[in-house]
Amino acid sequence: MTTTTLAVLVPLLPFLGAAAGLLLGRTAPGFVRPLAVLPTLASLVLAVLVAVRQGGHQAIGAATELTPTGSIPIELALYIDGFAALVAILVGVVATCVQIYSTGYLRDDPRYPSYAALVSLFTSAMLLVVYSGDLIVLLVGWEIMGICSYFLVGHYWETPEARAASIKAFLVTKLGDVPFLIGLFALATDAGSFRITKVLGTVASGGLDHPTLIALLLLAGVAGKSAQFPLHTWLPDAMAGPTPVSALIHAATMVAAGVYFIARLLPVFEASQAAMVVLAVMAAVTMVGSGLAALAQDDIKRVLAYSTIGQLGYMTGALAVGDRGAAVFHLLSHGAFKALLFLAAGVIIHAAGTNSLAAMSRMRGLRDRVPDAYWTMTVALLALAAIPPFSGFFSKESVLGAAEHVATGHTESAPGAAGWITLVAGLLTALLTAAYAMRLWLLTFHGRGAEAPDHGRQPLTMTVVLWVLAVPSLALGGLAYRSLPGWFDGRDLTPALTTSVVGTGVALVGGIVTYTAWRHTTALVARVPLGAVAAHPEGDAGLVEAEAIASHKPAYGDVAYAPDPADPGRLLLGPLHRHAAVGFHLDAVYSALFVRPVLAGASLVRFLDREVVETYVRGAGALPRLLGAAVRRAQTGNVQTYVSALLAGTVVLAVAALLVATGA
Amino acid sequence: MHLAYPAVLSALLFCTGLYGVLARRNAILVLMSVELMLNAVNLNLVAFDVWLSKTARDTLHSGQALTLFTIAIAAAEIGIGLAIVLSVYRNRGTSDIDKLRDSAEGHESDGPDGGALAAEQADQAEQAGKAEATA
Repeated sequence: MTTTTLAVLVPLLPFLGAAAGLLLGRTAPGFVRPLAVLPTLASLVLAVLVAVRQGGHQAIGAATELTPTGSIPIELALYIDGFAALVAILVGVVATCVQIYSTGYLRDDPRYPSYAALVSLFTSAMLLVVYSGDLIVLLVGWEIMGICSYFLVGHYWETPEARAASIKAFLVTKLGDVPFLIGLFALATDAGSFRITKVLGTVASGGLDHPTLIALLLLAGVAGKSAQFPLHTWLPDAMAGPTPVSALIHAATMVAAGVYFIARLLPVFEASQAAMVVLAVMAAVTMVGSGLAALAQDDIKRVLAYSTIGQLGYMTGALAVGDRGAAVFHLLSHGAFKALLFLAAGVIIHAAGTNSLAAMSRMRGLRDRVPDAYWTMTVALLALAAIPPFSGFFSKESVLGAAEHVATGHTESAPGAAGWITLVAGLLTALLTAAYAMRLWLLTFHGRGAEAPDHGRQPLTMTVVLWVLAVPSLALGGLAYRSLPGWFDGRDLTPALTTSVVGTGVALVGGIVTYTAWRHTTALVARVPLGAVAAHPEGDAGLVEAEAIASHKPAYGDVAYAPDPADPGRLLLGPLHRHAAVGFHLDAVYSALFVRPVLAGASLVRFLDREVVETYVRGAGALPRLLGAAVRRAQTGNVQTYVSALLAGTVVLAVAALLVATGA
Repeated sequence: MHLAYPAVLSALLFCTGLYGVLARRNAILVLMSVELMLNAVNLNLVAFDVWLSKTARDTLHSGQALTLFTIAIAAAEIGIGLAIVLSVYRNRGTSDIDKLRDSAEGHESDGPDGGALAAEQADQAEQAGKAEATA
């Protein structure tokens, strides 16, 4: 088979798997699990084959125009360069792991068939985005991911949190997608084509008329999809979905689509200095804000969600300094270790019966209950905190190195201001990242108090996957940083000495400070009892998680917050803790700025419809009713009355006819 | 004979019939009044037929022919009419037109018996109303 055929099959197989899964889900339940896992696995193998054949050399391109569509043609186009080939492998690996994990995680879930089909459909859409060489085809995948995310976040639709979160995720990402669509049209109008190669050709020859406008419009869609400030608020709430979905969509793939999109069209953004500075500011605000917020969250998954937002901020920061190699390198390593973190968190939530860190910090020996999750999560957290030699270290240092290059004026590809902003925010975030990673680790695995509940061993499907993902988390960065430039732009990704030393130092400081704070506060654990555990701890992991999410608010007063004085984050953040826990009140601001006006407008429309429009309609009906009632009174039932009226009419007519005839 | 005499006579007959139709309460008398009106028309037809055959050359006497038709139809009509009155009388015990108001708006009729009952109730209400009015 040619490489093109293989590449077409990569997104097609999970799509067919999804269609078959949806059709056969009820009639043949035995086929559901193979239909979920095998197509994804096959497309992973094919993606690896495509990557081997592509080999980081000349990009593979193929296009066919199905039908002429008027002015600017829309083509089914493939464009596989080194970025696409490697990101497709990441998507395939994470999706396969998630599908295998889900078979254990949602073992007894009655809605598993539709769930698995949607995950397959989602995988297919992401692979379409990765391989597509045409912006409209890319947009199709982009939007399918959006709707799949909506369905999957709302998987536990019995809980109000999940319903609200799914609608929020959908609306916020769509808010970004509208400017994104307009931006795509503007870009295609300037370039005369939706093909990425032609667009890049136009940019190279300086044929773009409104680069700043287009870049900013596209940036809005990217901010929505990749959960960057100010459109990031949906991602922490999306943690109301099942953990495998959080791992797949909200850590490794969908949120990476925005970063990947900018990486593909980076020359368009580089054409506008203003867009690059906006990108850098957006990245900086996202990174620092999410780091502070992650330090104050009580839900283990919300900590990871804010951490995802921050790591995506690193990627956009790398793009703001014009180094897409570093951005995609961090995307790859982050995809591996963040998927691992989420899947391990799912195991921990199942074992502990709660998603609250405050409750876990009051359980002794949780790490002995889930040794696999303990060890793999330790690896992943070290990678997250960028401690050498874990993979996160190399990718993060490549980002910081690129920012330092631009800041000191070594390259001209991006404005120096963007370099400084990214560098300073990146170092600050490295500190915060290490701090919240340390806090998460200490609170989860070093709790004191009652013995952790024992629900037997975790399913094998759930633990094996963790070790599979631990390998790239541990070794991807160190093994790949020398060979990856050949796949990317050829720019060096080796960690620079200064940024490495400073970055690692800062991370160590963050970790040590948190540890000291924890030693200080941990004595309070025994004094303040806290904790609510799922009602059916012996159920499958999905059920336990749904119950944990639903019980968090009644037990602690908020989905994100627990009144726990033993939390080291509370000591570290001081008065900031209260604000950080609720995401710096951004939700409240949005609710005041957008939600309430919309609701007020809706009630106004309802009032106009109910009271004004319907009054007119009723008034129009009332007059004929009245007339009808009056006429009905004439019908007395007495025949002689009728005949009298008939006679009177005849006389009147006769007289009138007579008068007309005589001309009087 | 001048045309005016039969014409005036037929007008008087017609007016008498009309008054009977409008004012009489007994259904049989109403039918008789209808017969009066028909015969007024017959008289007109015959008189004008004679008058026309004098002045114009109408040799077909279509007026008289039409009169024969009218008489035949009137016979059939009175037969059906009397049969209806008879059956109404058998059912309701009365042939008073004022009391046969089943087609009035708001009148609820469910079957012949229920209808009769409702009619009787209506009569009683009406009589009570009349009594009040006279009192």
